[in-house]
Amino acid sequence: MRIIVLAKQVPDTKNVTGEVMKPDGTLNRAALAAVFNPEDLNALEMALELKDRYGGEVIVLTMGPPRAAEILRDALCRGADRVILLSDRRFAGADTLATSYTVAQAISTHLAPFDLIVCGRQAIDGDTAQVPPQVAEKLGIPQVTYAVEALQLSEGRLRLKRDLGRREEVVEAELPLLITVPRTANRPRWPNARRLLKYRHARCGFELEAEARRQRREVSEVLAELRQRGLYIETWGAEEIGADLARIGLGGSPTKVKKVDSVVLRGRSLRFFSPDDKGVKELVGELIEERTFG
Amino acid sequence: MAEHGEVWIFAEVDDGRVAGVALELLGKGRELAQALGVPLAAVLMGHRIRSMADSLFAHGADIVYGADHESLAEYTTLPYARLLTELVRERRPEIVLYGATPLGRDLAPRVASALKTGLTADCTDLQIGSYESGGRVYRNKLLQIRPAWGGNIIATIVSPDHLPEMATVREGVMRAPEPVERSGAYIEVAVRPDPSDGKVRILQRRTHPRRVDLRSAAIIVAGGYGMGSKENFGLIHELAGVLGAAVGASRAAVDAGFIHADHQVGQTGTTVRPKLYIACGISGAVQHRAGMEESAKILAVNIDPEAPIFGVAHYGIVGDVREVIPRLIKALRGKL
Repeated sequence: MRIIVLAKQVPDTKNVTGEVMKPDGTLNRAALAAVFNPEDLNALEMALELKDRYGGEVIVLTMGPPRAAEILRDALCRGADRVILLSDRRFAGADTLATSYTVAQAISTHLAPFDLIVCGRQAIDGDTAQVPPQVAEKLGIPQVTYAVEALQLSEGRLRLKRDLGRREEVVEAELPLLITVPRTANRPRWPNARRLLKYRHARCGFELEAEARRQRREVSEVLAELRQRGLYIETWGAEEIGADLARIGLGGSPTKVKKVDSVVLRGRSLRFFSPDDKGVKELVGELIEERTFG
Repeated sequence: MAEHGEVWIFAEVDDGRVAGVALELLGKGRELAQALGVPLAAVLMGHRIRSMADSLFAHGADIVYGADHESLAEYTTLPYARLLTELVRERRPEIVLYGATPLGRDLAPRVASALKTGLTADCTDLQIGSYESGGRVYRNKLLQIRPAWGGNIIATIVSPDHLPEMATVREGVMRAPEPVERSGAYIEVAVRPDPSDGKVRILQRRTHPRRVDLRSAAIIVAGGYGMGSKENFGLIHELAGVLGAAVGASRAAVDAGFIHADHQVGQTGTTVRPKLYIACGISGAVQHRAGMEESAKILAVNIDPEAPIFGVAHYGIVGDVREVIPRLIKALRGKL
């Protein structure tokens, strides 16, 4: 079974600390750490569990700047068989439609036929949850979102449990299929120590020159050795995937950002009351006077 | 030919009734349709849906496009997305809005991809306005306003060159209009099932009753991680009991196992705007504030005077929740 995991490196918006806030209360994006999107780790775990049960290979694909190779090294250490970095300056500024086109194009030109695409439910930078269904549509395959458990695979059909908040569903879907996985699905495994020792040396196309300089060798030699040892992170740009340049990056994105406002805490007429009996009584008296209780 | 196409909302169905979020969309949709001078239409799909159309008319729809077929009785992605895509191609609406529910977030991107048009997720406001770029001015565009970066920024998004302009809208943010006695045009949509419709089949479906209805509560007492334990969280229930209030919680309290996720208020939980919101032991991360800061009055109780929750509060008490809440209960029992 060929399983493709779509992953994204994201700014760690969950840990916005003091250093990240500028004096005017706005966010200094450059100071945010970049992390493996949390729910993409749940997607990788689901893929690895399926591989453990049914055999096959797990391929992790990400689109991003050269730095995104970091999460691919992490994916290798956690058990991925193969990783691919989609990176090209011309991909920059893509909205979800242009992103889904680029990703789907990479999959259909290089990774078909496949059985399953597993994605995190959403990424913590945009929280849109849009790219996975858009990739499924572009590849002409069905989708099952909010999949918390893969129950059973038989005769080309995967049975899944979905958690939709107030509703639970068990569905059966034909492969090839795309699914999205929320954080409640599983507990991602840690990087394996032996794999860590090996795969921390993995390098993507953008890192070859620096690596060659460090080793004082030719780039072609370094590349050949990395490939031979399974340490080369395949790196594809617009040409490699035969992308229509009109459909990628900012130019291929129908949505444009008109403006961005930083959220600054609004000053309200905040009144403090003391925590003792007297303060609490005063507060309750005031709330009753203002008819806050109805 | 009219200058603009219609404004559409996708009318999600929940337990055989029009979902609350669809009615909220009609309220906002009416404003947008008025600004553009076009009719407001709802797209309704399912089986035996005619009576639901009346509720859509009563809440402001001028037109209901009804796709009524037994194969549509339960929502599944492929047939719904296929039919809606065909209908948009045929009728060319200007704007299509969806609720940012699990269903809307499953359906809308699939449709946007098929139509090769823009889609903005989780909008908290929508307006009609103009957009300037490269010396060109685009008028009467849908300004799609949404929080991003974990709620740290608010972005205004436009889709200047593509129609329809599409957005999903957070539940509980827009106000549903009061129903009035009025009618509209019901237009039946032909449904031809496709072999691909059966690629995903629902084998079982279970709906839990809602443990709590936060959206319609006038008063909410919410507890956070600062409550310290599940036992201490009992104080939240007790205070809520005295006030006849609903119980809310921050994500940290839910994650710590103090209370069920149905009670979660915030960006990934429910958005609320009660008359009074009492936040106890909640530090006030942006994700939480995004879901409650529109409350008419906010009282925050927290041991940390620097907690961000005080930035949105009207009343504050700096103190230990385990001491302050019992005092509140005592004072209220004496007065109410």
